Amino acid sequence: MALLHTVNKSPFEKNSLETCLRIAVEGSSVLLIEDGVYGAMNGTSLNGALSDAGNRLQFYVLGPDLKARGLSEQDVMEGIEVVDYDGFVDLVVGHDATHACL
Amino acid sequence: MKISVVLNEGPYQHQAADTAYHFIRAALAKGHEIFRVFFYHDGVNNGTRLTTPPQDDRNIVTRWSSLAEEHNLDLVVCVAAAQRRGIVDQSEATRHGKDADNIAPGFRISGLGQLVEAGIESDRLVVFGD
Amino acid sequence: MEDIPEEEYSGGVVKKFMYVNRRAPHGSIYAQESLEVVLVGAAFEQDVSVVFLDDGVYQIRKDQDTSAIGTKNFSKTFRALEMYDVEKLYVEKESMQARGMTEDDLNVPVEVKTSEEIGRLMEEQDVVLSF
Repeated sequence: MALLHTVNKSPFEKNSLETCLRIAVEGSSVLLIEDGVYGAMNGTSLNGALSDAGNRLQFYVLGPDLKARGLSEQDVMEGIEVVDYDGFVDLVVGHDATHACL
Repeated sequence: MKISVVLNEGPYQHQAADTAYHFIRAALAKGHEIFRVFFYHDGVNNGTRLTTPPQDDRNIVTRWSSLAEEHNLDLVVCVAAAQRRGIVDQSEATRHGKDADNIAPGFRISGLGQLVEAGIESDRLVVFGD
Repeated sequence: MEDIPEEEYSGGVVKKFMYVNRRAPHGSIYAQESLEVVLVGAAFEQDVSVVFLDDGVYQIRKDQDTSAIGTKNFSKTFRALEMYDVEKLYVEKESMQARGMTEDDLNVPVEVKTSEEIGRLMEEQDVVLSF
């Protein structure tokens, strides 16, 4: 039973990513979308926490949202996979349920 | 798979309406069935016929209407949320003595039971909000 | 609030539904409209859990009085959940502690769970609704 969590707000605006990491169970996945993609970038104050979380959770980030915000896929943290809307659908289908951590 | 979508925010104000749309298009292209799209909270504002966005920008409301027609989608606007926010079909207008209705083509107004039913009948339910 | 349907769901399927509340009441309508879904949904006789996380724990604080702000005091309606057989209410311990709250501050009986327990509970669900 694995859950997909989506996080759509910037971690610098709201605590949704923080809460998501606190409750997400080992083996589940986190997909960063919309403003949530800022959390995926190298060089932020969150890199340590995300790196640690990456040992137990699978991270994804929505490519179109990176592009919209002028963020390069090259600058996404290692271990975070970039997906498009097709990939988003596959993630939803491939997990038992989706939790939108708004 | 049978997928349902819940949209909690109105057009333009938040990206949720756009993300939901792109997600649904991708799901349909992959051959999945969209069982229902349920509009709740300010999401009911996606169903207003009276929107006139700038010409050089996407028309979120007509985009929903076209998608519904093309793929025979069930777009449901929550009656309680719609009553609060003034999204009205002909029958609601008559019922509550309003001088007009404003629901966009392809949308229907119904109760929250439709949301719960979507959860029961679908294989997956995804929420888009703020 | 819309009418609660009198007919009962007779489809036979029982799924685990979790309603996730993370926002404070009154500053926005999410808390109130989320409760409306729970109440209407109760007629469908599914396996329902309601979780209060982050500022969501404020929704079930005692002694809310909205008369001076002129909005509806829907907090009393949480007490109706029991009548609708919605009894699995959970609050996250960490969220309560961060806000200096204890169970004594709440207006409904709840089970206090750790973050990990809430996470495990969420993993068991068929449908997770966020507001």
